[in-house]
Formats: sequence, structure tokens, C-alpha cells
Amino acid sequence: MEHISTPKVEQVKLLDRYTSKKPAVGTLYLTATHLIYVETASNVRKETWILHHHIATVEKLPLTTAGCPLLIHCKNYRVAHFVLPRERDCQDVFQSLLKLSQPAGEEELYAFLYNPKQNENDRRVGWGAVDLKMEFKRMGLPNDLWEMTDLNKNYGICSTYPAELAVPKTASKPTIVGSSKFRSRGRFPVLSYFHKQTNAAICRCSQPLSGFSARCVEDEQMLQAISRANPKSSFMYVVDTRPKLNAMANRAAGKGYENEDHYSNIRFQFVGIENIHVMRNSLQKLVEVCAMKSPSMSDYLTGLENSGWLRHIKAVMDAGVFLAKAVVEEKASVLVHCSDGWDRTAQVCSLAGILLDPYYRTIQGLMVLIEKEWISMGHKFTQRCGHLEGDPKEVSPVFTQFIECLWHLMEQYPCAFEFNERYLIEIHDHVYSCQFGNFIGNCQKERVEMKLVERTYSVWPFLLEKKEQFTNPLYKGISKIGVLRPNTLPFNFKFWCAMYNRFDKGMHPKQSVLDTLLTLTSQKAEEEIKMTDLQKELAAIDETVPNQDHPSPASVLDEQSTKVQTTPSSVSLHEAKHMSHMTNGTSEEMDPNAGSANGKGPEEWEGPESSPAVTNGKAIAIEILDTSLKAEAESPRSSPTAVEE
Amino acid sequence: MEFAELIKTPRVDGVVLHRPFLPTVEGTLCLTGHHLILSSRQDNTEELWLLHSNIDSIEKRFVGSQGTIIVKCKDLRVIQLDIPGMEESLNIASSIEALSTLDSVSLMYPFFYRPMFEVIEDGWNLFLPEEAFKDIESVTDEWRLSSVNKDFTVCPSYPPLLVVPKSVDDDTLRKAATFRHGGRFPVLSYYHKKNGMVMMRAGQPLTGTNGRRCKEDEKLINATLRAGKRGYIIDTRTINLAQQAKARGGGFEQEANYPQWRRIHKAIERWSILQESLIKLVEACNDQSHSMDRWLSKLEASNWQTHVKEILTTACLAAQCIDREGASVLVHGTEGTDSTLQVTSLAQIILDPASRTIRGFESLVEREWLQAGHPFQQRCAQSAYSMGKPRWEAPVFLLFLDCVWQILRQFPCSFQFNEHFLVLLFQHAYASQFGTFMGNNAADRVKLKLSQKTVSLWSWVNRPQEMERFLNPLYEPNSLVIWPSVAPQSLLLWEAVFLRWNRSSKCLEEACVCMLHIIEYNKELQSKVNALRRQLAQLQTEDSLLDTP
Repeated sequence: MEHISTPKVEQVKLLDRYTSKKPAVGTLYLTATHLIYVETASNVRKETWILHHHIATVEKLPLTTAGCPLLIHCKNYRVAHFVLPRERDCQDVFQSLLKLSQPAGEEELYAFLYNPKQNENDRRVGWGAVDLKMEFKRMGLPNDLWEMTDLNKNYGICSTYPAELAVPKTASKPTIVGSSKFRSRGRFPVLSYFHKQTNAAICRCSQPLSGFSARCVEDEQMLQAISRANPKSSFMYVVDTRPKLNAMANRAAGKGYENEDHYSNIRFQFVGIENIHVMRNSLQKLVEVCAMKSPSMSDYLTGLENSGWLRHIKAVMDAGVFLAKAVVEEKASVLVHCSDGWDRTAQVCSLAGILLDPYYRTIQGLMVLIEKEWISMGHKFTQRCGHLEGDPKEVSPVFTQFIECLWHLMEQYPCAFEFNERYLIEIHDHVYSCQFGNFIGNCQKERVEMKLVERTYSVWPFLLEKKEQFTNPLYKGISKIGVLRPNTLPFNFKFWCAMYNRFDKGMHPKQSVLDTLLTLTSQKAEEEIKMTDLQKELAAIDETVPNQDHPSPASVLDEQSTKVQTTPSSVSLHEAKHMSHMTNGTSEEMDPNAGSANGKGPEEWEGPESSPAVTNGKAIAIEILDTSLKAEAESPRSSPTAVEE
Repeated sequence: MEFAELIKTPRVDGVVLHRPFLPTVEGTLCLTGHHLILSSRQDNTEELWLLHSNIDSIEKRFVGSQGTIIVKCKDLRVIQLDIPGMEESLNIASSIEALSTLDSVSLMYPFFYRPMFEVIEDGWNLFLPEEAFKDIESVTDEWRLSSVNKDFTVCPSYPPLLVVPKSVDDDTLRKAATFRHGGRFPVLSYYHKKNGMVMMRAGQPLTGTNGRRCKEDEKLINATLRAGKRGYIIDTRTINLAQQAKARGGGFEQEANYPQWRRIHKAIERWSILQESLIKLVEACNDQSHSMDRWLSKLEASNWQTHVKEILTTACLAAQCIDREGASVLVHGTEGTDSTLQVTSLAQIILDPASRTIRGFESLVEREWLQAGHPFQQRCAQSAYSMGKPRWEAPVFLLFLDCVWQILRQFPCSFQFNEHFLVLLFQHAYASQFGTFMGNNAADRVKLKLSQKTVSLWSWVNRPQEMERFLNPLYEPNSLVIWPSVAPQSLLLWEAVFLRWNRSSKCLEEACVCMLHIIEYNKELQSKVNALRRQLAQLQTEDSLLDTP
């Protein structure tokens, strides 16, 4: 509270960003964590809460007749333009916000204050929601090609790497240590993703300290070990994600890129993603485009082009596609690096993971992926997000670009992701919010030193609790859509209005398809319960009154199943099954052999014997569904009453 | 002239067809009077039937004795035919060129097409002006149906029946017509039941350089105002263009002569500019080079999205005057057959929930485009691949459909139809087996005897089995006025038209099917639960009857 000298200012105007309509009038409060603005004029109590950590910049604009304007730009792309009546108050608030939005020490971050009144045990368990050991197991490690190593357990070999790493089985300790000495900041090649189906691997590291001619036997051995861990392939790719010119310039500083002549059987490739400074400036320009007051279409499109933002997004996407293709189509391993291997490398490796492995397209899987490629591997969240007072040149929207790439993929593959757009935006919010410990610190070592696991909460259980609202109702299930091969022609990349103009509600569609479908999904669950209850009640009455005239509940279903029988067999199981996935939620279809959701083989519920499954709401659901499929096959769009007996 | 004269080689074997995102097909190519047909003999399902009238232009190439013809269609699709044999290729190419550019309207396919379905409801009688007027008559007696134009002499591009103020007689209309471009005197376009305000449309007034005036015209439009109320004249042109029009005998309403009206100028481009814009846009969409900057700058340079924004903005303005300001509106540009109709029809989409149903939208297209005399035959003669200098061609109607799509995207639950319906109308406006979009106005249609000799698109599309494809599963009738956002961020490229042939839409279609399943499933679940409930209630009553002897 030491930073807050004026906790409350009255008669503050909030200007509309685009139109010159009458501004709102209200009271502005500063709390330890938030700036809160409460409109006094309106009948409905309208509140705006802005988290201090979400504030990117605060500007005091020149005094006007209306008062003293304060312009706030947020990291979640909210823009708030206040006008305070008195200069002094404005100055106070301005000073406070400068301190509060970027504290000098990490102790002042929100995560250390945040207390959701959860018991200590739940808090600890929460940190276990994402477990990377399990993830390596899931990938199939250890196996006879790859193993886990704790060589870096005290962060001695590489201070920005995690303690647990996966390396080729044939890489000896001296090889690893030697290689790390030849790599920028000791970031030697380690496994990012092992593709079980082909044995190809994606590995990541930083640039070699090759200069113009230096070489290192251990590093060459290390690459060979990676290559040999994919025995069927005669070569491996080394992908430098930087533009060639940048990489060449690095040689003068004793860094650089791999010389193809020094390494056996590598194919070297540049993919041309720009550096963090270019990206920061590009975003700045994009945000300026968003802020234009009633721009013409031409101004807007020209601004969009000049920002270069979509060009950069496309470059990241192209690189991800390159990796995925190499792994799937050429069955070749890939080693990826940029300069330090914690920005572009993280983007490209995680994107390749999304393209290759449907697991990462689940709600849980994305958490794991972010934990693995970003948090654990030392993406410098504190610096890139500007959590603390520090060098503004270290701030860059690298993670935002990754999130945006996911959105573009979701636009192309609406059924391939378990989560929806809101999940991406929520994660993005929390990367900046500092409310949870996950995105604080620049590497694992720092997090351990800060004792984040002991002192803060993990964001993942918090998100899992809200899982329903993050679900994509169109998701087909993990086993339905394999490798994604997105089209990366320029016209596939669109401006992401829901992110960058998120708080300008007027620009968004006024009706949301997602909301409609989510409502239907929750209605469906309710109706299914109702149906089961009714079936039970009917069964109960039936037992007490054994009257042959009444159709028993079972016979209701019998009629259904007879209908199923008459269904042309072209109504494929495949389709019916996917429907059950879609309607029964998310995780059951993890086992492709499970058949239908009630655990019976599909052939059982196709036959007339399927009727006894009265007590199982899910089974009923499937049967109804079948009639709907049938109706579709015969007379398209039969009205619901047609199905009703 | 016989088609046979134009078809030098009616059949070629071993032709290979390349289509975007579909496997190549080898088969026999046949030319008939109206179709290009490619059929693979092994598999009957792989057939291509292409209307010659859908072909916008062709390109030919020869390598050795093999010819390649690239066929560019008006629906923006591009296909390639590899034809063995030099002579065959040349013959085919020249036949296609001749057959796709037939001059004589009477040779067009709709006159030859015989429907394979039974016409239950004849689309030609579906939207008669008399019927539409009944709806207005039921709420107000201030308007009447005039048959002043029954033989198309007062205004050649107007239909025989028009809705005009009751207090204005036919003589006044005749005089007012001489003062308006093309005889298009102000007529009723839309009656806003909510507040009784109206939207009218007309051609520009022929004031000329010396400021001619016409008492009858003034009387006519003043008759639409309530006592003490002012109205708005929305001129779709900029003030500069309107000024320039004076030199050619046109002009705009002088304040002095129309004191009860406030004139607003907007900047919708004239139709003659639009064709070039479409050509540039389609070229940008078909550019497969991988540079983002090039794509964005070409998109910008095409100006297409600018047109969308301007048209929507003007339509919103008209709707706002009527609904928010409680004022009546007169809309015109120059001829009153293009930008005027874009504005009046879109304003109705915004204001009138009925126009967001399938029938209502058909009725809107019928009233505001076909009856209102948008010259479809001229405007849709060529599309984005036309080679020559455009004469009358312009994608005015396509722009309107694009704008409707923009509103549909922003209000995905307020339309009974989906975007496939809009795409369908686009296709049929440019090439069709139906007579609906033939001719330039009602007079043409009478002359061609379209209603007797051709089938109406509506007859086909309104059959339940067809309409099913065009229904929006999310539709919930919404009786409100819907205000779209016209911020550039809110207006997207209409991918279903412009990127349709440039990328696979498999995943997007899957999503639509999936969505439909969810909705249908819920409906059935609901009715199942209701049935069970009834059954239970019945059982319970019977039980209680049994219990009480």
C-alpha cells in the first residue's frame, strides 16, 4: 500500500475509445491489486477492474478544459482513457500506477498476495496437475533410443534448463558437457518431442559458438547421437529459425550456425523468423492500427500490412509446418535453434507439437505443452512479459504469437481442438496477470529459488475448474484428427479481432455461435438426466402395475432399436461413434477400442438387444442418436415430432 | 442458327480434368448446345456438367500434340482440361468460346431446360406486387397501387404496378417521371410498421445546370411526409459527383425546392468502377505466391472491402433515419438501379425481421432487385475473368450479397438461411438453368415470356428437399432491428465465394455437419423427454383410477 497516496478519486470521466459520445462519469479506486472504476451515473452499477499487472503503459496527456487525461494501455489490449478533474490527483494516480504495474521486486507480485482460501493440501496437489515426468512417459520415454538424465540437477551445466532432461541414450556425459560448452548459454541439444510412430525426434538447443571456423568434437558427436537415435533415417535437419543475415552477423561475435561440412549427414535450413525487437515493434504498430478512430478500410488494411504482424505469424506457422512435415513425411529428426533457443525455438517446437500430436490439442495437453516447451525450457516470462521494472527491450510478444498461431489453426480446423478461443485468451491473460506462480521467473532455477511451488498457486487447476466454458462443442475427439497440415497461404491469416480489439465489444459479432452451442451442450446433459429419471420412474410404475397395455420403458426403446435395424447399414459406426464422443464429453474416447460410450461393443447396440440399457443415460443417448442419423439418411431434416412415437 | 454448327468436335476421349482439391479424372468430353460434360466411363459418379453460360473466359496452350484448355467460370472456379490431339483441342476451344458467348437471349439454356422435379409452387406467382401490397394495406391506407406504368411507357425499367402515396394521382406521377432519370419517379420501397416511416427510391432528378424544378415531383415526395415532419434524401454519390451530374442533365434536389428534406451525400462507388475491383480481388485471391505483404496490399488495392464498408454504412444510415430519427427517407444515386437498390435492400435486412427469412429474402430480391429493374442481364454478363473492357458488367448484386453475409456473420442466429443460400443466388445470377435472373427489367421479362417459357429459381429452391440445405440451424426469429458494425475489423473477406476454389473446405464443412448434429440431437432428446413425461403422466392417472374403485 506504500505506493498508493490517493486511493479514491471522484468525478472521473471514462472516454469512449472511438466515438465522441458522452463519457461515463464515476469513481476511480486504487487497491493493492486493481484499479477499479465504478460508474456512478448509470442505473446499473457498472464496474471496470484493471489488474495492475495488466497495465502495459500509463500516460499523462496534456491538460484539457475537461481535466487531466490519463491513458492506460493494457497487456490484454484494453485501453482506458480517464479524465481526472484535478491535476494533483492525476499525478498521484499516475505515480502509483507506474510503481504498481511494474514492481521493482518479485516479492510484490500479485501471486504472493493471492489467497483463494484453498487448503494447503489442495494447493500442493494443484501444482501436480501438470507432470512432465508423465509427459515423457506418454511420449514413450525412456526407451532404447532416449533416456532421462539428471546431469543438470543443480543447474550446473545449463542454468536456464530444467533439472530433468531427455537426451539420446548414446550421448555420454562428456559429450553433453562438451557440447554445452560449444552452445550459447550452455543450452545443448535436448529432446523436445519424440514421435513414436516414426521414431523421429524434435530436439532444441541454442546457436553454436562457431564463429567463422570453430568446431567442437563433442557437439558434432551430440548431433550424431541424435541422428543415430532415429536409425531408419540417413540424415537429420538442423533448423535455424533466424533470418540468414542475422545468423551470419552472429558469427562475428563468435556465435553463428552449423557448418554442414563439420557435421555428418545434416541438412541445414534457415526459416527466417525475426527477432524479439522486430516483433515488439510490429505489435506496437498493430495496436496502433486497432486504436485508429474510424479508419477507412484502406487505412486499416494498409496499417495491417505495414505492421508486418501477420507476416511474422505466418513465418512462425511455416516453420512449425516445416518441422511437422520433416517428422511425418520424411521421418527425419530435427534439431531447432535460434540465438539462445528460448523464444523462436519455443514457438516453433510447441507449434510442431500441436500439429503432430492431438494430445496437445486437448485442454490438459495444452497445459502440458506450455509447461514443457515454455516454462520448463526457460522462456523468460518475467522479462518478455515485463512483470517487473526492467529493460523494456527485453519485452516481446513471443508467447502471444504462439497463442495466435493456435487460433489460426482453430479457424482452419474447427473440430480438432478440445478447447475454444476463450481458453487461449484466458491463458494469455494469466501469463500477464502474475496471479499464479506459473509464469513468474525466467527459468526453473529462478522458480525454485523463489519457492513458487510453496508460496503461490498454480493456474492449471484454476483453469480446469472452468473447463466447461473453455470447451469446444465441435470437438471430435482425440482419435479423430491426426496430423494437421494447415494451409499457410497468406489469405488464411486474419486479424484476430477477439484478441486485439477484445474490449471493443461493438466490433464483435452480436450473437455468439459458441455460446449457443455451449448452452445446448449443458441443456443436453440436463435432458439426459431427466430422461434417465423418467425411465426409472416408468420402470418403477411398470413393476407395481404389470399392465400389458402400457408400453414398458424397455419397449419404448425396442421401437427405437427396431428402427435402428431398418437403418441402412451405411449409417456408419464410425459416424455414430464420433457422435457419442462429441456428445458425451471429452475424455472417454481416449481409448479407441472402447467402442460405444457405455462400454459395449458397437455391434451390441446396433442389434435389437441393445434395449436393456435403459438405466444408462449414455446408452439411451446413443440410441436416440441413431434414429437421428437414420432420419437424416432417409428423409433429410425430419422434424423432431416425426421421430416421436 | 443451330448449335450443331458451332460444335465441330462433339466428343473427345482421353481428356484429363484437373479441378482444385479433387483428384484428376480421365474421361470423355462431350459438348452439347448448353453444357460441357466430362464423364469418366469407369465410374459414373465422376461427372462434370458445366453450363456454357457459366464460362467467363478460356485460355489455350499447346505442348506437342496435346492441348490444354483452362476454363475460368463466372462462379470463380478454374478448371483445366488436357485434350489429346491438336485439332480436337482447337475445335473444342473454339466451340466453347462460341457457345459461352451466344448473343441471342432466346438460345439461352433456361428456354430449353425441363425440370426433373414436379413444380408444386410456381415461383413466378409467388411474389406478386398485389400480394405484397396487401401487407401494407393491412396497416395503413396512405398508399395505393398504381398501374400508371402498365404498358411500361412511363418508366421502361419499372414494373407495371407500383406503390405510391394515395393522395397523388397518376397524372402527377407521369409528370414527376419526366423529371427523374430513366422515368424512375419516387416509389415506395419499404414501409416500417413500427413507426409508419417509409423508404422510397428513385432516379436522380433532372435539374441540369440551370436548376430545373418540378412541382409534381415535389408534391409526390412531400406527400409521404407526416405533418411537420422532415425527411432525409440519401444521395449515394458524393456531392462532387452529384454536382458533375448536372452537366449531363442530372443533379440533386435543391434545398430551396425541397425545404422539408435534408440531403445527405454518401460515397458508394458507381457501378462502372466495381467490375475492376472484382477482377483485382479475385486475382489477389488466386495469387499463390507466399508473401503476406503482397496479399494484403493487393486486397487493399482491390478496394472491394471498401465498397462493402461504404454500402453497409449507407444502409445503416438509411435504417437509422427511419428507425431512430423517425423520419422518412428517399434514396437515389444516378440511375437508381444499382447503388440505390443496394442501400434500400440492405436497410430492409437491418430493419425488417421478415426479410431475414428465406421467403422474405426471396421476396426482397424479387421486389428490390428484379421488379425494381436492376439490369441483371447486363451486369452479370461477365464475371471476374472477363478479358475485354467491361461495358455494362458490374458485381452490384454480388456486393449486396457480400454485405448480407457480413450482417449474417455478425448475427449468426437471426437469419433463417445460411451462407450457402447467398452463394447460390450469386451463382444463379451469373449462370442458371432458371429464368429468374434473365432480362434487365420487368418489361424484358414480359417480352421474353419468361414465366411461361422458363422455370423460376424459387420453384426449385423452395422444395423442402432443396431448402433443407439452405436452412440455418441456429436460427431463432429475432424481431429486433439489427445494427451491424461497419468497423474495418468487423468486415471480413467473404471466403465462401472468394476463397471457395482456393483451399479445401472439408474441415469447415465437417464443422457445419457437427453443429447440425448437436442441434438436431438436442431437439430429439427434448421431444423424447416430453414423450416420456406424457407417458408417465398417463400411467399415473390410470394408476390413480385403478386405486380409486
